[in-house]
Amino acid sequence: MMIESLLFYAFASMAIVSALLLVNIRNTARALFLLFIVLFAMAGLYLFALADFIAITQILVYVGGVLILLIFAFMLSNKELLNDLQSTSKRFISLPNWQALALAVAFLGVMVYSYISWSQHMPQWITQSEAKGTVILPTDNNIKVLGFKFMTQYVLPFEIISVFLMMALMGAAHLSRKENNE
Amino acid sequence: MITLTHFLVVSACIFCIGLYAVLAKRNTIMILVGIELMINAAILNFVAFGKYDKVNYGGQVFALFAIVLAAAAVAVGLAIILNVYRHFKTINPENIHELKD
Repeated sequence: MMIESLLFYAFASMAIVSALLLVNIRNTARALFLLFIVLFAMAGLYLFALADFIAITQILVYVGGVLILLIFAFMLSNKELLNDLQSTSKRFISLPNWQALALAVAFLGVMVYSYISWSQHMPQWITQSEAKGTVILPTDNNIKVLGFKFMTQYVLPFEIISVFLMMALMGAAHLSRKENNE
Repeated sequence: MITLTHFLVVSACIFCIGLYAVLAKRNTIMILVGIELMINAAILNFVAFGKYDKVNYGGQVFALFAIVLAAAAVAVGLAIILNVYRHFKTINPENIHELKD
């Protein structure tokens, strides 16, 4: 139990510290490589919630796919990035930094306060499932159960999400093609 | 012992860092990274609550759906960013202030 909490705190602090560094660093390429560390640490945290398949999918999809896409897009639009770092005029969407910081810290305060006051009285379904013992255990075979659930109970959302993913990827490929006739 | 509140507090921290990135960054790719951080915080909440749902496995199933949605969102978003860069020669959202050609 001791080593479990120690590892949890190590992963959590790794995620939070590298995320803080990510938003403060000036160099976008370094920030994207810090995102690697954040995503790996988040995958480690999923393991502590006994979601091993989600952790592996996180590494496959995020680190293998999304991050490579982000780095590609960064390299394709690199030329103007260095100039953007200097220009501070004409703020339209972005707030000045201290306002954004104040907003984020206030949001964090509200959320942490509400979580801590909420954790005194858990919702009924959590206490019921703890009493009945229907909590996922470390010895359970999650992947097999997830496969059955996807093909029986959640088959309609699964099909909808696969059609949606195909539509989104076709739309992305259509959007990013080069137009020859102009 | 790691309770549910530990997960919730960690995901609140990650969410607020992502919120700060969305609000403060002047680079569309970093704004997209902030959105990804917020989605990751939501997925952490999903799996943390899903631990108590052995009957339906709702948390883990919808965490997978959220990962798929985030991947689709980032693909479409990067396609739009590349088009905007080709058109305006910048990806700073402050300089993109006209809709007409």
